[in-house]
Amino acid sequence: MDRDRRALAAGAAIAALPLTYLAVFFGWPLVAILKRSLVVDGTLDLPLDVLTRGSTREIAWFTLWQATASTALTLAAGLPLAWALSRFRFRGRSVVEALVLVPFVLPTVVVGTAFLALLPDRLERSVWAILLAHVFFNVAVVVRVVGAFWSGLDSRLWDAAATLGASPLERHRAVTLPLLAPALASAASIVFLFCFTSFGVIVVLGGVRYATLETEIYNQAARLFDLRTAATLALIQLAAVALTVLVSGRLERRLGGARRTGRPALRPSGRERLAVAAVVGAGLGLLALPPAALVVRSLRVGDGYGLDHFRTLAEETPALLVVPWHAIVNSLLFASWATAIALAVGIPAAVAVVQRRRGLDVLLMLPLGASAVMLGYGYLLAFDDPPLDLRSSPAIVPLVQALVALPFVVRSLVPPLRAADVRLREAAAVLGATRGQIRREIDLPLLARPLAVAAGLAFAVSLGEFGATVFVARADRPTVPVAIFRFLSRPGAENVGAAMALCVVLMGLVAAVALVSERALVRERPR
Amino acid sequence: MRALATVCCKVAAAGLLASATLIAAGCGGDSEKTPREVVLLTHDSFAVSKPVRRAFERETGLKLRVLQAGDANETLNRALLTAGDPQGDVIFGIDDSVLSRALDGDLLEEYRSDELESVAPDFSSPDPHVTPIDHGEVCLNVDRAWFETRKLAPPTDLADLILHRHRNLLVVENPATSSPGLAFLLSTIAAFGEPRWEGFWRGLRANGVLVVDGWEEAYTQQFSGAAGSPGKRPIVVSYATSPAAEVIFASKPLTQAPTAAIEDGCYRQVEYAGILRGAAHQEGARKLIDFMLSERFQADVPGSMFVYPVRKGVPLPAAFTKHAIVPAAPLQLPAAEVDANRDRWVARWTEIVVR
Repeated sequence: MDRDRRALAAGAAIAALPLTYLAVFFGWPLVAILKRSLVVDGTLDLPLDVLTRGSTREIAWFTLWQATASTALTLAAGLPLAWALSRFRFRGRSVVEALVLVPFVLPTVVVGTAFLALLPDRLERSVWAILLAHVFFNVAVVVRVVGAFWSGLDSRLWDAAATLGASPLERHRAVTLPLLAPALASAASIVFLFCFTSFGVIVVLGGVRYATLETEIYNQAARLFDLRTAATLALIQLAAVALTVLVSGRLERRLGGARRTGRPALRPSGRERLAVAAVVGAGLGLLALPPAALVVRSLRVGDGYGLDHFRTLAEETPALLVVPWHAIVNSLLFASWATAIALAVGIPAAVAVVQRRRGLDVLLMLPLGASAVMLGYGYLLAFDDPPLDLRSSPAIVPLVQALVALPFVVRSLVPPLRAADVRLREAAAVLGATRGQIRREIDLPLLARPLAVAAGLAFAVSLGEFGATVFVARADRPTVPVAIFRFLSRPGAENVGAAMALCVVLMGLVAAVALVSERALVRERPR
Repeated sequence: MRALATVCCKVAAAGLLASATLIAAGCGGDSEKTPREVVLLTHDSFAVSKPVRRAFERETGLKLRVLQAGDANETLNRALLTAGDPQGDVIFGIDDSVLSRALDGDLLEEYRSDELESVAPDFSSPDPHVTPIDHGEVCLNVDRAWFETRKLAPPTDLADLILHRHRNLLVVENPATSSPGLAFLLSTIAAFGEPRWEGFWRGLRANGVLVVDGWEEAYTQQFSGAAGSPGKRPIVVSYATSPAAEVIFASKPLTQAPTAAIEDGCYRQVEYAGILRGAAHQEGARKLIDFMLSERFQADVPGSMFVYPVRKGVPLPAAFTKHAIVPAAPLQLPAAEVDANRDRWVARWTEIVVR
């Protein structure tokens, strides 16, 4: 009894930090803006007319179906890559893994532009352009989340099926997919939420014809200042996100339970070599095209090529209040802080989620579903007095970015934590290992890879975050995506060139960070 | 799991400590500066050159902090959201099309700067709560080379745009989402009157006009005349000063601008500044507005923001006199009329052009 109570208290303590963080930096500002939007003279003004409007239904339906289609396509594109990268060892694998992460941090405005440049005219501004761009963005999520889980799958079932004469395809269908199901549900839910709340891609590639809930909330709040309609749509979006998380969480739990013993990746042999080469080649081809177009544009100077645009990053410009390379320093600093905060809050949150605190799971994913503009407005209303006078403090940037990065940390950690084999730890204890030894020899090695994945994703998300950052960043401390946006909103080749050069720098940063985090944290032992 | 939980708690505690320090650092830094700082809430297009900014800081002993909040409309909305408890001391970038919203929103303090004496009569202030700072004209821009290589005449007025030879050549911004887009819609209403402007837009639609969300997309992606643009359309809605910008920001020195602004159909927007009600630093706010009307700031306005000064007798930089135009008789609608009809016009436009 006493032990149970102690365990319960420990569980509550673990959940306390994430809950406090969410309450202060998500709940409070959200309540502030909803109150301002929906409460008139002390009474709640229920906007039923907005709910029943035809345009609301149309927008909600488009949002739903494009997100569903995008998710299906992303899974289809990401799974082969996850397989090749998690099951096999080959030269350049870590480079490929790092490259996969690059699209994820590119500002949506820039990717939209790159897609416009690549797609044939009749596909521009079509649903296909939107779906393709969503796949391009989110493949990293599938590769990372599913891959991290896949590399830890017990390979004995697979080997047994092979012994029984099942072909590789049959084995994937009958063994791998069911075992992967929890990670698949996890990745799919993130991708779905991302596409459901997509903003930049829709604005750039959808033109005036396509609107999602998120773009319409922005339109109503920031442009038309109809806070009542904006708040209603924001609530619909939040509800949809919460529902998605609940369903995916249930799926994940029902499907969970695969044991992890971990298997070092093997060198591909025979026909596998061909398959791995084909998958990696095709994947890289698809993913490299838009960034390659950006690199080419960043080097184009007049009719020739050169590094001029990169040189201008060290010169003052009317587009920014600071020299452009300061933005790079700002971005790195902010993203480091945001990663630290997201890990500090996310690790205990993941543990708490695994300990069956399902409500927390839903809560943690909600920031993904909150519209950036409404949250930004909420911050302006909520944090206007000491001690939390954050409206003009630089600290607000990492705090906001961490909120967006948090779900990624939790999603990367929950499946491996849930699947961690208790018996390994018990066996070690029986053999006389101390608690410290168990932590060092079992917990850390098992979680090192998922932790590296979580940190890498958190850093990448924070580096690339635009919607909320542009709202809270001070003009004298712009981040790289904000600086790119400022350059793109001015005429002239110099400004477009500088924007493209910054995009290339941003891509390089993410690739480098992904590479380093992988190298430093995962030292695979030779067999 | 318990061992793991302990590790997590330690990591978390460290993280919490770190974020607390970060917050403390952020707040501490600010509270020291507050009394000696004046904060300007403005749109993303605001810019001022360093020497001019330093001159203000030296002359007044105040530090100028700039807070940018999106386009003109978004900036005003942010100010309306925090009316009475503002984020800054001065707001700059309220233009005619949103002026009455700012005045109705009880957002501003009255202020009449002594410097208003030097402002050209065309731009006299319509209300004691706002001070005119600059004016800019939204004009059609054409790609010179595109028309020259095809031996075609570029359009010279609005009505030319519905000619068959200009089919599929024009790209405009959505007036519902873009400030130059709205200005262009207003120019057609000012030029053709009600309800004839609707017929003109039906003509534009039939003639293949492309509507995009914002100026960046229209100018840098769809317009063929902008340097480095993949665009294919040689006519765009932009500004009177855009050709000068093409020359100033060209990667190689140019003797002639690759684009030209069309004088007919230009629509004038005047930008105003005002002191925010409840500003922490009223005295500094007044000094800032005086400074924005001073000769030094006014002379910096074209080079920094690509708009024209409102002060009399301020010389324009050479690139502007050579490549840009200052429309002699731009179109304009009274602010009150724009405000009373804007939503209806935009909704009507959406029905005609997009649906």
